[in-house]
Amino acid sequence: MVQTVISRLRRSCAVGVGIDVVEVADVSAALASPRADRYLEMVYSEAERRDCATQDGGVDAGRLAARFAAKEAAWKALGDAAMQLDWRSVEVVRGRHGQPSLRLNAPAARIAQSLGVRRLAVSLTHEPTYAAAVVVATR
Amino acid sequence: MKGERIRKVLATHGRLPVAADGLPDDANLYSAGMTSHASVNVMLALEEEFDVEFPDEMLTRSAFESINSISGALATLGVE
Repeated sequence: MVQTVISRLRRSCAVGVGIDVVEVADVSAALASPRADRYLEMVYSEAERRDCATQDGGVDAGRLAARFAAKEAAWKALGDAAMQLDWRSVEVVRGRHGQPSLRLNAPAARIAQSLGVRRLAVSLTHEPTYAAAVVVATR
Repeated sequence: MKGERIRKVLATHGRLPVAADGLPDDANLYSAGMTSHASVNVMLALEEEFDVEFPDEMLTRSAFESINSISGALATLGVE
């Protein structure tokens, strides 16, 4: 019994953790720039842009900032190899009840697999000034 | 000339706490204080400055970690 518990703990232990904070004003400035469309396309997936859409047809800078922080936090959790990943390699997706999780594209998934990572848990937060995210990579 | 234009973009968009003029070509820009979000602004401004569009696979932290790496990324797009 004890051996089984220890074995499970070993199997599920955290192998990486990442944290990032983003100033919401930086995202707002990018959205107000003449290259806002390119900024959105460069960094966020279509689903992320849709999840951050506002009722008046705009985009919520705080929610985008939280997603930006999540991408950076995921890269940190995956270590140096993630330096080779592009911004859309990690995507925040919402579950049925709104809970966030991360979806990796093929190159990011390969890095995770090479590290033995089976799950990336993410937590997001944002307020008017800052957005932040924490990602824990577990086996 | 290309290096000067890259430095100009970094000075305007990199939000570096140090002068871009004084940075060695191989200095790590993230270690020098460039945030990840500022690096995206730098990518966008470089596209504007050099009239290019970086493909997704080049939009990585490593491609923009130094003036040398930026110069190399631009070279692959035909900017000499």
